Amino acid sequence: MATATFRIWRGERGQGSFQDYSTEVSAGMVILDAVHQIQAEHAGDLAVRWNCKAGKCGSCSAEINGMPKLMCMTRLNSLPLDKPVTVEPMKAFPHMKDLVTDVSWNYEVKKRIPKFQPRKPDAQDGTWRIAPEDVDRVQEFRKCIECYLCQDVCHVLRDHHMHDEFIGPRFLVYTAALEMHPLDVGDRREELRRQFGVGLCNITKCCTKVCPESITITDNAIIPLKERVVDRFFDPLSKLFRVFSNSKQ
Amino acid sequence: MSQVDVPLVRAGFGETRRADNWWVQPLFVFLGLSTFIVYSTWAALQGQHFRFGPYLSPFYSPELFGSAEAWFGASPKWLPAWVTAAMLILWAPGGFRVTCYYYRGAYYKAFWADPPSCTVGEPRKKYLGERSFPLIIQNIHRYFLYLALIFLVLLAHDVWDALWFDGHFGIGVGTLVLLTNLLLLSSYTFGCHSFRHLVGGFRDRLAGRPVRKLAYDCVSCFNRRHMLFAWCSLFSVGFADLYVRLCSMGIWHDWRIF
Repeated sequence: MATATFRIWRGERGQGSFQDYSTEVSAGMVILDAVHQIQAEHAGDLAVRWNCKAGKCGSCSAEINGMPKLMCMTRLNSLPLDKPVTVEPMKAFPHMKDLVTDVSWNYEVKKRIPKFQPRKPDAQDGTWRIAPEDVDRVQEFRKCIECYLCQDVCHVLRDHHMHDEFIGPRFLVYTAALEMHPLDVGDRREELRRQFGVGLCNITKCCTKVCPESITITDNAIIPLKERVVDRFFDPLSKLFRVFSNSKQ
Repeated sequence: MSQVDVPLVRAGFGETRRADNWWVQPLFVFLGLSTFIVYSTWAALQGQHFRFGPYLSPFYSPELFGSAEAWFGASPKWLPAWVTAAMLILWAPGGFRVTCYYYRGAYYKAFWADPPSCTVGEPRKKYLGERSFPLIIQNIHRYFLYLALIFLVLLAHDVWDALWFDGHFGIGVGTLVLLTNLLLLSSYTFGCHSFRHLVGGFRDRLAGRPVRKLAYDCVSCFNRRHMLFAWCSLFSVGFADLYVRLCSMGIWHDWRIF
């Protein structure tokens, strides 16, 4: 069995330092396995949030060698083990202890997004009819596991700390899922522009790159939302065209 | 808006714990775009060697003023002599590329380092994004799309013209160069995010509208390869100009296939 060194951030509330731990690694191990092994062997008080170990709960988000990743989905054979592997908490959220951050800001943001507003039922019994091809587009967004890696990698939140002006990629995806839903009749474009800060996204596609569910966040959610905002606020021609063509969503 | 009390730990410019060669991609984007900007500016300033036989360089198509084949004949007196036919038109396809969603993301990283790459520290503390002047102007992209679509028709006409050598049908290597350029530019333009929105993306329901649904699916297909076509078409349009230019200067010989 080979030995690898893991450089793990230890400390509380933003204060702390990296500490090196060496442990034996074997084929098939992921970062979370190594962290658990280090907990068992060297640091029983190492704080780490985890749950499913299957890439579906979104709990074990961290930064591995500088990139936001799920610890349970990052195989050691995908990393160079000749150098220490750095494992640190997400930087876009308040630090709590070791690898754990306080992501509750995200829950507050979600509450502010206007909820699903279905049209009147299609049938007498109060049910709706939806064509499969119409739900295909929003189905992709429902894969989100809310790991908040996209929020963490987004430079608007990570580097510029504009949490009060920008809801981040995760919630632009959530808004897109509502806005593009074939039953929804709500209009969130005013909020998208003024309060949710869709114009702050400068399309670096880092969110798409780190998404463990491979959601095409930028191309399929954020840019279509930007285009809808353009429809409403910046394109008098298309607005006029849709008024005269009586085009409805 | 919900606020968060995040300790303001800001990474310095270029600071990152990434172990990979994160700087390679922005460097290639910087070099690729810079090369194209320098070459296209130089070519646009030349005002000559843009025609060879039935071939017309895409940088000079349409030729509004200038030679005998120009749409409106010789340059009018009010037009300064240093203004070439390319300078009159290149702002349109140039504007389409500058405001393109793919290129925006690419040059914000490569030229503005905003950010240089994912999780790499930025040089500036202030950030405005695209919600205020000057970058709010990027929202004009769909208007440049309309112009780009017109240019595709004009370039298709140029390919048609490139099939006729002194009134006789024929195909030369130059014909294929112009045709390839047209196909790549079309693939790039038809994959535009704004085009995707306009053909169907603005609707929540496409069921029952088979033509619109087909158009949306086709554009989405091109859109998935938008970056690839952006680069291929950038290269092809530059190469098409270079080919016509070097043939016109007698440096390259245009092979007639039949």
